[in-house]
Amino acid sequence: MAQYKGKGIFLICILLFGLTQSIQAQNVINGKKIYETRCLVCHQADGGGVPNMNAPLDGSTNVVGNDIGRLVKIIKNGFKDKVELDGYYYSNDMTPNPDLSNAAIADVLSYIRTSWSNKASLVTLAQVTNANKGNQKKNSK
Amino acid sequence: MKKIIYFLFLFLFCIGIFANAQDNAGLILPAGFKANLFAENIGGARHIAITKNGVIFAKLNRANKQGQSIVRLEDTNKDGVADKITGLANYGGTGIYLNGNNLYASSNEAIFKYELNNNDEVLNPLSPVTVVTGLINRRQHESKSITFDKANHIYVNIGAYSNACQEQDRTPGSKGKMPCPILDSAEGIRKFDGNKENQTYGDGMRYATGLRNVVGLDWNTQTNKLYVSQHGRDQLNTFFPSLYTDAQNAELPAETFYEINEGDNAGWPYIYYDPSQHKKIVSPEYGGDGQKEGASNFINPAVAFPAHMAPMAVLFYTGDQFPAKYKNGAFITFHGSWNRAPLPQEGFFVAFVPFKNGKATGEWEIFANGFAGTIDGAKVTSTNKAKARPCGLAQGPDGSIYVSDDTKGTIFKISYNK
Repeated sequence: MAQYKGKGIFLICILLFGLTQSIQAQNVINGKKIYETRCLVCHQADGGGVPNMNAPLDGSTNVVGNDIGRLVKIIKNGFKDKVELDGYYYSNDMTPNPDLSNAAIADVLSYIRTSWSNKASLVTLAQVTNANKGNQKKNSK
Repeated sequence: MKKIIYFLFLFLFCIGIFANAQDNAGLILPAGFKANLFAENIGGARHIAITKNGVIFAKLNRANKQGQSIVRLEDTNKDGVADKITGLANYGGTGIYLNGNNLYASSNEAIFKYELNNNDEVLNPLSPVTVVTGLINRRQHESKSITFDKANHIYVNIGAYSNACQEQDRTPGSKGKMPCPILDSAEGIRKFDGNKENQTYGDGMRYATGLRNVVGLDWNTQTNKLYVSQHGRDQLNTFFPSLYTDAQNAELPAETFYEINEGDNAGWPYIYYDPSQHKKIVSPEYGGDGQKEGASNFINPAVAFPAHMAPMAVLFYTGDQFPAKYKNGAFITFHGSWNRAPLPQEGFFVAFVPFKNGKATGEWEIFANGFAGTIDGAKVTSTNKAKARPCGLAQGPDGSIYVSDDTKGTIFKISYNK
């Protein structure tokens, strides 16, 4: 019996692992859809952006970095600052996406952080929710 | 056996095409023309200018590894390839123009003047004269392209720091500001005196308005008129999805080529030019629905090109080397689009616009193609994958033309021999 128990736990573990994997895969699939309708036109199908105009996401140190709060803020509010990104400047203003839900932002971030040559972690709904709280605090200061 | 012979012929044919493409630096040209690489990897080369001795000055988008932003290229042994490459200056920018022994170059805010000696060497690389200063640069459409008339007046583009003058730039559904406040200072072509120093807005005059962003411009010395090519607005479908589909946005609006008379207004941001309706259409930010026509006082283009291809330089051909049809016609470089996505991109070529009796016929054709370097002419889906993107144009003393690329910095030389 103890023998079976061990196997049962093992099977449950596999099932749970499979389930989380498929949830994660679903997040990335949702994220891809959002990317294609909102982001692709400027950041391009390969995430490489347009030289001097629209910043690349593929290989971007900010995109694969740990500051999820900054990424969430940029997606929500757009981007108009003149800043150097990995040694280059980009001239176009980024469109804000105030209507995107936290879950949708988590999905699209999960997609861009794991696509092309990017191999960063997925982004959870909790991370986006926390990031939004953090951003609001910063803004109210 | 027949099959084997057939495949052998096909194979040889393919090799023939490949070898020919290699011979022409990968470019596809009309019969009788050939191309070679004059220089490679000099840094993203925007506009170029050439002296009467054939020395080329290329203006770089930003300083190269050597910290230089104007590159001087000389072919001392006359084999068609630059063998003496030096540089000066450290500010990025687009404009460069040679007027006798004076070399004018622009940053994204100012225009400087250098003096050349008889060997086409810059006498004052560290101390140029500031001719114009304080021009608006707010990231978008910052290139200050320049050309001259015969009386040493400078014509400079001051592009709009906006896509369509929306209340919130590049935001879905945001309305256009009325009147558009950008039209007071960053909306077209300003004229300055090439002889004066330290000029700014008050010293110049507004020569043409209602132009969103002109990167390519040239003076037609035959008819004594300015010609400019405008980058049309982006993202009709992104901001007004109920009015425009992806497929419609890929074809709207036209990239326009205008003959400019003093005081002309091309209508940005209130209208755009629809190349299939041949009409000026009210922008959706200003109440347009894709059909409603705009005011008739805005000028019409001399040529309407397909959308989003990004015209970068205009060159009126005055040489004798090319066949007669090219004389006094205009070459225009196209950088290649990005805003046609999700549809395949277009452009990445040099077009030719025929002129008859001093006027554009309205027709145009592709003169040189293949800059993007895709295999078997495949379409570019992501703009950044293009190997080279045509930008600057100059005519050499022997009548050859040179095309610069602002990705890695290739200079192509295109010549004709019967």
